[in-house]
Amino acid sequence: MAWTRENMARRAAKELQDGYYVNLGIGIPTLVANFIPDGVSVTLQSENGMLAMGPFPAEDEVDADLINAGKQTITELDKSSYFSSADSFAMIRGGHIDLSILGAMQVSETGDLANWMIPGKMVKGMGGAMDLVAGVKKVVVIMDHNARDGSAKFLKNCTLPLTGVHVVDLIISDVGVFKITKEGATLIELAPDVTVEEVRERTEASFSVADNLL
Amino acid sequence: MSKIYPNAAAALEGILFDGMTIMAGGFGLCGIPENLILALRGSGTKDITAISNNAGVDDFGLGYLLTTRQIKKMISSYVGENKEFERQYLAEELELEFNPQGTLAERIRAGGAGIPGFFTKTGVGTIIADGKEHKDFDGETYILETGLIADVSIVKAYKADTEGNLIYRKTARNFNPMMATAGKVTVIEAEEIVEVGTLDPDQIHTPGIYVQRIIQSVNLEKRIEQRTVRSEG
Repeated sequence: MAWTRENMARRAAKELQDGYYVNLGIGIPTLVANFIPDGVSVTLQSENGMLAMGPFPAEDEVDADLINAGKQTITELDKSSYFSSADSFAMIRGGHIDLSILGAMQVSETGDLANWMIPGKMVKGMGGAMDLVAGVKKVVVIMDHNARDGSAKFLKNCTLPLTGVHVVDLIISDVGVFKITKEGATLIELAPDVTVEEVRERTEASFSVADNLL
Repeated sequence: MSKIYPNAAAALEGILFDGMTIMAGGFGLCGIPENLILALRGSGTKDITAISNNAGVDDFGLGYLLTTRQIKKMISSYVGENKEFERQYLAEELELEFNPQGTLAERIRAGGAGIPGFFTKTGVGTIIADGKEHKDFDGETYILETGLIADVSIVKAYKADTEGNLIYRKTARNFNPMMATAGKVTVIEAEEIVEVGTLDPDQIHTPGIYVQRIIQSVNLEKRIEQRTVRSEG
């Protein structure tokens, strides 16, 4: 049985280490905040200018001046701080953020990422994604393993405009987890009841299978 | 010479012209200069190059100026919330220059600080790097990005004193402080205008030297794009 969105978010939460500063992208990555392991304290950065995001507000706490990068209303914590967009991206570009978790349209076997544009069709923009993948120490992608039409998203080479080159360290999809290093991509975990053969059928990228596959 | 103007239209008088470049603060609809955008619409100024992280939504914020076709070109990082924008762009009625958000913020900061260009690793190997100078530092490749300035910056502050010292509030700060420094003329709208000596000088976010004109915000809507609350219990 392939992983659900919640399963993928839970798996991604295992990448969080105590003391980490973390930036979570919009969509499934945002859910990761719900599964932070016991005993692990992380600080969530929001690229619109905040460190230490709190939970969503109660009805009477909603404040139009306090939103996350997905434009959702949020709250502050005792340890929170606010700053400008220039300071925010100094943190990101300067390598001060430990982990970025974000979505993807395509990832290549060498860790190239495409997640911001479909020429002639979708014009939304990259937002902070290019800065995040260029500057954050570790980049984790959460994505459905295949597109809605069944085509592969984990490819030899991305066909869409890139967000970054050699930037993805780990892919968590509904079929399993892949680690990407200079040596190539390795399948290190499988979702329950998914076989290596099935993953190979649904993947264009070349990958090896870890000896200690989970 | 007083920096305080009676209203938004008066504060923009004499500084607008067709084909001008305008920076507008805000992230999404958070921290946008609502009154000044409306006055810009009312002015009828055309062929504007607008530098703003986003393009508002169809019926609010900079979206107003797209509907009236006053904007010729946008320099932004993300425009996903505006369908009219997407339509005009795909129909080639509007020019668009996408900048990575951090590159955009730094280009504005640099422009205001008198720095004509800087090297960044953001965008290396992507279409953003096409045609830009590449240079290696310590074995890593960077691209040259240029500083940005504007004919007029319109900025939203929480509090301003009569000298133009500014304080922003929470995540409504975003692009506003850099834009305040990068406008040849910077016009502020503030939720509250106070006498000098009221704000703690140690808590000022933008010193008054960057600010030429100030108005009091009125009838702020402060629209929320994604009102999200936690379920109790």
